[in-house]
Amino acid sequence: MTTHDPYASSRETTEGRVYSVTGSDWDSLVTEIGATKEERVVVNMGPQHPSTHGVLRLILELEGETVTEARAGIGYLHTGIEKNAEYRTWTQGTTFVTRMDYLSPIFNETVFCLGVEKLLGVTDQIPERASEIRVMMMEFNRISSHMVALGTGALELGALTPMLFAFREREKVLDIFEMISGLRMNMAYVRPGGVSQDLPDGALTKIRETVKELRQNFKDNAKLLIGNTIWMKRTQGVGYLDLAGCITLGITGPILRATGLPWDLRKSEPYCGYENYEFDVITNDGCDTYGRFLIKMQELEQSLRIIEQCVIRLEKSAGAPVVIDDKKIGSPADLTVGPDGMGNSEEHIAHIMGQSMEALIHHFKISTEGFRVPAGQVYSAIESPKGEVGVHLVSDGGTHPYRLHFREPSFNNLQSLSAMCEGSMIADVVAAVASIDPVMGGVDR
Amino acid sequence: MTIDHGSFGVKGTGDTSGFGGLVRKSQSSDSTERPYGSYFDEMVDELERAYPEFSADIERVVVDRGELTLHVKADRLFQVAQVLRDNPVLRFEMCLGVNGVHYPADKDRELHCVYPFLSMTFNRRIRLEVSVPDSNPHLPSLVELWGGNNWHERETFDMFGIIFDGHPGLTRILMPDDWIGHPQRKDYPLGGIPVEYKGATVPPPSERRSYR
Repeated sequence: MTTHDPYASSRETTEGRVYSVTGSDWDSLVTEIGATKEERVVVNMGPQHPSTHGVLRLILELEGETVTEARAGIGYLHTGIEKNAEYRTWTQGTTFVTRMDYLSPIFNETVFCLGVEKLLGVTDQIPERASEIRVMMMEFNRISSHMVALGTGALELGALTPMLFAFREREKVLDIFEMISGLRMNMAYVRPGGVSQDLPDGALTKIRETVKELRQNFKDNAKLLIGNTIWMKRTQGVGYLDLAGCITLGITGPILRATGLPWDLRKSEPYCGYENYEFDVITNDGCDTYGRFLIKMQELEQSLRIIEQCVIRLEKSAGAPVVIDDKKIGSPADLTVGPDGMGNSEEHIAHIMGQSMEALIHHFKISTEGFRVPAGQVYSAIESPKGEVGVHLVSDGGTHPYRLHFREPSFNNLQSLSAMCEGSMIADVVAAVASIDPVMGGVDR
Repeated sequence: MTIDHGSFGVKGTGDTSGFGGLVRKSQSSDSTERPYGSYFDEMVDELERAYPEFSADIERVVVDRGELTLHVKADRLFQVAQVLRDNPVLRFEMCLGVNGVHYPADKDRELHCVYPFLSMTFNRRIRLEVSVPDSNPHLPSLVELWGGNNWHERETFDMFGIIFDGHPGLTRILMPDDWIGHPQRKDYPLGGIPVEYKGATVPPPSERRSYR
């Protein structure tokens, strides 16, 4: 046996000898392990690892290169968003929830606002134009989220170019977000009662151009990856999870649709007027990483279809209100994007500072106190790029949420990691994690 | 039941806006009367047929804002959930997790747990709510019925200290393993320190003026 090694201390446990590896000591370690009968190694992958999508920690038990047990360790990005939101008004809540799954902020905001509106009982009073803008923003956001999933997923499997293409497309979508809301991420654009501001001048022209460009550009990644032998060898049959597994684990989104079940809340429980749009629910029956990849690729085109229909509707509804008529809920501020970002419009400032004391008081009251929401609880859910994102809201009748809880699809879906990876090669773990597409901001909240 | 006066929580001082005249009752603690509306009547009928102890074990049936909530006795949660999942006319195949809520004023029922269920076959939703006393926070685990509840129950344990009996590995999930306390309980402080900015001091969020 070797002498004491400062980099690889070992100790006896009831399970056998356990080695803690800390650094460049592979020679002595291999000799020492070779001397024992069992070849079982527990490897920590992450939480700082380039292929684990942020601060995800994977605890893998290996026999050679085969994973015998896989567990995910989470919580490294827990920021207490739910607790914090209990100390803020309902409107301020959007600025918190938007930071949960930071790759799909519009979905978090929308599901939160739909919940608040349900609690207030004003779902029917939301202006149609506001819903149209919400749908358009959500579909753009679906594209940008899928782009990160595909791009980083390919990158983690060693394909660099798809990532460059994907981020090029995502950039275009973020430009649209910036034009409309003033911010590229974490916009807090959807507010209880509608959206924070109307589309700026010329937005629809820019959106039409962008849709055209995106449709053209999506072909680049499709040509690179669909049917690519190397890509298919890395993804086909990898991360297998069938329908029964999905149902018991509560999996939704592309992973569920990759088992052939066309389950999409946009169709089954339409919200924001999704029943008025024509689009297909994409499925695949591979139950594997390749199937999930294909679904995401094809959903891009469906999102573009919906956006085109939104543009036509938004053209017709130009000038219509984008926030609820009820002055006790909707912000009076009339926000616009100025040279320094989003803020109150100059007309509104002139009005409250120079013309109407009552308008100033109202603005002050609704900004500082917010509005009261009748007591009760609701659960509202929408289809995010990763599956069902649900919000459970409890109000005690006050100006703050009494309890706010997000049923995050990333959090739930990450549980399937063990089912997908155990028995597979260690290299396939990376592919499986990429296909789950977890965003740690959403997992840990 | 509490009654709140005033739109902005004004108490006794000169509210000249007129909103102080509003009286709003908060959530009532009674069952909803039939008919419940929507598919709820049919669903509750089916559950009554499939689960003979319905009247004894379901404490309240509440329909609010188009959603059906069944308040179940804590020790019967597993049986009710199993009927919801397995009965061919109910078929709630999917459990969307657990969420805890802490009501410190609700004597001997301080900790509530809320389970949203989804039936994909019939496209229906239902919610079960259970409550346990803070002094004995034990609930049956549903991991055996829905494996996906594993992490949700761990999170609820982590945040509220509710112990799910029968859970295969009930450990903290979001907070560090050696953390003391359960952060989402109402008696757990938010924390934060005052921040000085240009001579003025901004207190932490929980100590700022709040409007009830």
